[in-house]
Amino acid sequence: MTTEQPTPEAKPAAAAPPASRPKNGGGRDWVRILVIWAVLSIAADVVWIKLVGPHVPPGRMSNMAVGAAFDFNILIVMALPVLIGVWVYMIYAIFAWRASKGGPDPVAGKSSRGNGRIESTWIVLTTVIVLFLAGFGTYELIQPGGSGGGQGPSPLWTPTGKSPLQVQVIGQQWKWTYRYPSFGGFETNQLVVPVNTSIAFHVTSLDVIHSFWAYQLGVKADANPSADNVAFTTPLQTGYFVVRCDELCGLWHGSMFNEGQVVSKTSFQTWATRTEAMLAQNTKYLPPFAYSYVPDANGADGGYYPDAKDPYSPVETYGAPAPAGGG
Amino acid sequence: MGKGARTVVTLVLFVLAAAGFGAGVKALLATPPTITFTPSSNGQVNIALQTVGSYGSGPHPTWVSYDMCAQSPTVSGCPQGQWVHSTIFQVPANTRVNMTIYQFDSGSPLRNQQLGQVTGTIGNVAKTNGKTFSVIDSNTGNGVGHTFSIPTLGISVPLLANGGTATLCAAAPCLPTSTAYVHNTVTFSFMTPKGSGSFAWQCFVPCGLGWLFGNAGPMQTVGYMGGFMKVA
Repeated sequence: MTTEQPTPEAKPAAAAPPASRPKNGGGRDWVRILVIWAVLSIAADVVWIKLVGPHVPPGRMSNMAVGAAFDFNILIVMALPVLIGVWVYMIYAIFAWRASKGGPDPVAGKSSRGNGRIESTWIVLTTVIVLFLAGFGTYELIQPGGSGGGQGPSPLWTPTGKSPLQVQVIGQQWKWTYRYPSFGGFETNQLVVPVNTSIAFHVTSLDVIHSFWAYQLGVKADANPSADNVAFTTPLQTGYFVVRCDELCGLWHGSMFNEGQVVSKTSFQTWATRTEAMLAQNTKYLPPFAYSYVPDANGADGGYYPDAKDPYSPVETYGAPAPAGGG
Repeated sequence: MGKGARTVVTLVLFVLAAAGFGAGVKALLATPPTITFTPSSNGQVNIALQTVGSYGSGPHPTWVSYDMCAQSPTVSGCPQGQWVHSTIFQVPANTRVNMTIYQFDSGSPLRNQQLGQVTGTIGNVAKTNGKTFSVIDSNTGNGVGHTFSIPTLGISVPLLANGGTATLCAAAPCLPTSTAYVHNTVTFSFMTPKGSGSFAWQCFVPCGLGWLFGNAGPMQTVGYMGGFMKVA
């Protein structure tokens, strides 16, 4: 390996700084920076709050959706001044303290040795912001609406003072079905819920892991076989919402979606009562309602399962009792 | 080896590799043919399918499969020689489809009895061997062989299974006019959507024997137990 040696004719890489440098970070510079930062930050936050914030997904169809959009907007409103502060300082430094204007020596000068006041201010500010966000996020989780993400069968925080309408969400390759235990436990393709009513989605699966994502309702909860995962929401507007599977669950995962509907309380009662009666014949063939089921892992015939044994039950329907001693 | 020979050998190997790659991509992208159905004089479309426990030929002769009649079936069924190994069909929008499915397979209880009911058809009913029904209790009798389901349209029809001591057809195409093998003839009608689109349909009986949880292999392969209804 060779190293280039400077020749006697080589000139210094940079010209020597002029004798009279302006003071870096003087009072007038900081005032300018703070004014520019404050004006831009307020403008950016106002623009965001007024123009963008109301349109942040997933919208305003439920308390969970409103909460998610509100949290996102709070994060953005707090992040924009930080972002703008960094940009303003960098751009100000580039123009005000550049070398051609006699700026401070960035390598060997005093500026390179740090500034205790700036560093401590920065650390305190960012610590306060992060701690605030941690507290804010925790409060948002335990607020009276309950958790929207699903925390298993026993959520730490549930909607206060309400008795939610229970709707069971059952995932299977590749469709969703829904059971309504308050209406005889009928099971249907349709997801219909009443407006201004606390809903408890009990999410489970009959085969692999799916994820129930009612997008406009702001609800997403994993659907695990043999498990009950609860998520809460309260619809605030009537209308349609999209339900998708958000966990890659097989080749036709992309086809696993349908449309749900939020209707008035009266319409819901009418629909549920009518559907309960219409599906009564099939409901009696369903297993009794339970918060989770033990699906059979077999295909059409237990004898063809790789270990030639029926792992859970003598039949291939969900809810069948597990034989004594396991499968 | 001279420079010219090396060049020729390199070129030949490159061409062979490129051809192999192209053939692989073509094989991966290959799909069964799309069967296009046009309305008959009454403005309705007639389609015939059959289910068979093992297709009997092709790359997966042991796989359970659907088979489709390449033309609108006649009164006596699909003419011999018209059965095609495909599950992709195209129909006009906002049109009544009269479906006939010859169910040649055995069955089992459904994993989810919700699929034992007929949904999304005209009147929410179907007919098995001419007898109208709206629900099959899949935990009794021979159970359900397969379902014909288009989940996004809410259409689902359980197909009553064959069983007992009956001799089952083991290779497609199984001829409905023959008395050699038992089958159930399931008929139903539904309206296609008013808008165009491609709608996945599948069987919801996890009948891919030997596959973990059943829903792999033929259950997820277009041309076997699932396909697309294209609405134009």
